[in-house]
Amino acid sequence: MDAPRLSVRHLSTSFPTDGGLVHSVADVSFDIAPGRTTALVGESGSGKSVTSLTLMRLLARSANARVSGQAHFATREGRSVDLLALPEAEMRRLRGHQLAMIFQEPMTSLNPVFTVGEQIAESVRLHKGLDRAAALAHAQRMLELVEIPAAARRVHEYPHQLSGGMRQRVMIALAMACDPTLLIADEPTTALDVTIQAQILALMRRLQAETGMSILFITHNLGVVAHHADDVAVMYAGRVVERAPVRPLFAAPQHPYTQGLLACLPGKARAAGQARPKRLFAIRGQVSSPLAPPPGCAFEPRCDQARDDCRAAMPPLIATGDGRSARCVLVAPSHDQEAT
Amino acid sequence: MKLPPVLRALLHRRIVMLAALVLAAIVVLALGAPWFASIDPNDTAVLQRLKGPSAEHLLGTDELGRDLYSRIVHGARYSLAIAGLTALGATLAGTLLGLVAGFFRRLDAPLMRIVDAMMSFPDILLAIALVAILGASLANVVFALVLVYTPRVARVVRASTLVVRELLFVEAVRALGVRTSRILWRHVLPNLLSPILVQVSFIFAYAILAEAGLSFLGVGVPPDIPTWGTMVAGGQQYADRAFWVVLFPGLAIILTALSLQLLGDGVRDLLDPKLKKAA
Repeated sequence: MDAPRLSVRHLSTSFPTDGGLVHSVADVSFDIAPGRTTALVGESGSGKSVTSLTLMRLLARSANARVSGQAHFATREGRSVDLLALPEAEMRRLRGHQLAMIFQEPMTSLNPVFTVGEQIAESVRLHKGLDRAAALAHAQRMLELVEIPAAARRVHEYPHQLSGGMRQRVMIALAMACDPTLLIADEPTTALDVTIQAQILALMRRLQAETGMSILFITHNLGVVAHHADDVAVMYAGRVVERAPVRPLFAAPQHPYTQGLLACLPGKARAAGQARPKRLFAIRGQVSSPLAPPPGCAFEPRCDQARDDCRAAMPPLIATGDGRSARCVLVAPSHDQEAT
Repeated sequence: MKLPPVLRALLHRRIVMLAALVLAAIVVLALGAPWFASIDPNDTAVLQRLKGPSAEHLLGTDELGRDLYSRIVHGARYSLAIAGLTALGATLAGTLLGLVAGFFRRLDAPLMRIVDAMMSFPDILLAIALVAILGASLANVVFALVLVYTPRVARVVRASTLVVRELLFVEAVRALGVRTSRILWRHVLPNLLSPILVQVSFIFAYAILAEAGLSFLGVGVPPDIPTWGTMVAGGQQYADRAFWVVLFPGLAIILTALSLQLLGDGVRDLLDPKLKKAA
């Protein structure tokens, strides 16, 4: 395997609040190889989006976020830069040019007072120095690339004239306009209906195959993960609880939380032999308050396999071989050293 | 000839076109005042005082026998200049203040407390105090009125900025590597155009009336400068005997303010892509 395009090590983000320091992301590490997709999976509030915003350095300054750790990004020029330590001006040159991001809400992600062509053109003019006419022509080519019909006409339309799926395509065109090497997709299909979801995901796949970009895919949809990710990191309460390539993860989840998540899927219940499942499986309890985390494993209060030592201390991420690791005392460590 | 789409759409709206024509006519009259009204607006003729409209005096004469038509035409220069400069100055200053206060949360509280303090004075009192200190002149009246109206614009722009800055596209363009100053100028400001345009047309009309109030109280422009406001203010005690003394300058104010507001609304609708009819 090539050297990773993005290598995140011990990333932590915490926010001071009136109730104390909230650790939204704690000790998160993962890699994304060139041309591959790493999915960050977790429920709401598990720290997925904060992770992506921290990597893009887009957290609001007024939030006073405290960030530690490293995120080594291999630039197109072959340098390795730490995204978390880069001066703001250099970071700005990377954003949109080598690192791009698409958001969950295509309805509000576009500026309502400019045509979609102007918005795509802005990024190209900024990073590639093209003039207005050339940038607009490029914008039209981008719209064609993301399979928007009648691109020549659409390029002059305003966001409100497009449907949600069209707008998400425009967002992808916008993100892809400068040929980024890493695309961070923060729940890009959550706000879309299912048929459009499938089209958008297929489009992202095709673009990835054509350009060789890496994708950090943030989602809570395990079905999407199964079909579109190469590697998966499952997050719970701000930490990675299990990390594995996609097939082994779905075939044999190691962490009780991952097992619970997979048991929640309707198809899984059926496959497990219940001919007509009356009720879907649900993980009992709810996520502990970020202000008062349990002393040991964050998942322990909800875990059916919890033991006494689960309550003692947060277990480390234990490497279990074949590039997998899980943060649970129940897993058997491989003979390699402890995972990062 | 191919006109830009905005102009072409403007031509299709009769009322907006009419308003634009009226405004254009008023501006032309004001600019060419000496040619359109040859009688000196300050020529007094006591024997001719408070005469009704006639062939000699188209709109009649005021309490000192001065020709009303001539005073309105010449007064248009000053009234429009005062109102226009006030609207321009207050809008520029208020937009800048509101934008900065709304976008940079750290500057919000300090800037807005200053604005609140300015707003806590009654409008006309603040203007009177300023003109009394600085001295009565055209420039000082404009300066005082700009100070009075800036806080209003700042408040409106700040409130709208607070809404726009939270929209996801601001984060999205930041994720594209656009610098903050450009985000403010290119992405936030154009989204505030509607509320700003509404404020401009309001302030323009208010400034004409405020200048009248100031002049009436003796802290406005010097008496030898005819303005619509001073004419209404000075003529009101004769209104029962000679209605034209207040009617015609009053009509001039209404017509100008109304036209401007209609034009402002029309332009706002045309610039707002959501209100645009699907072409």
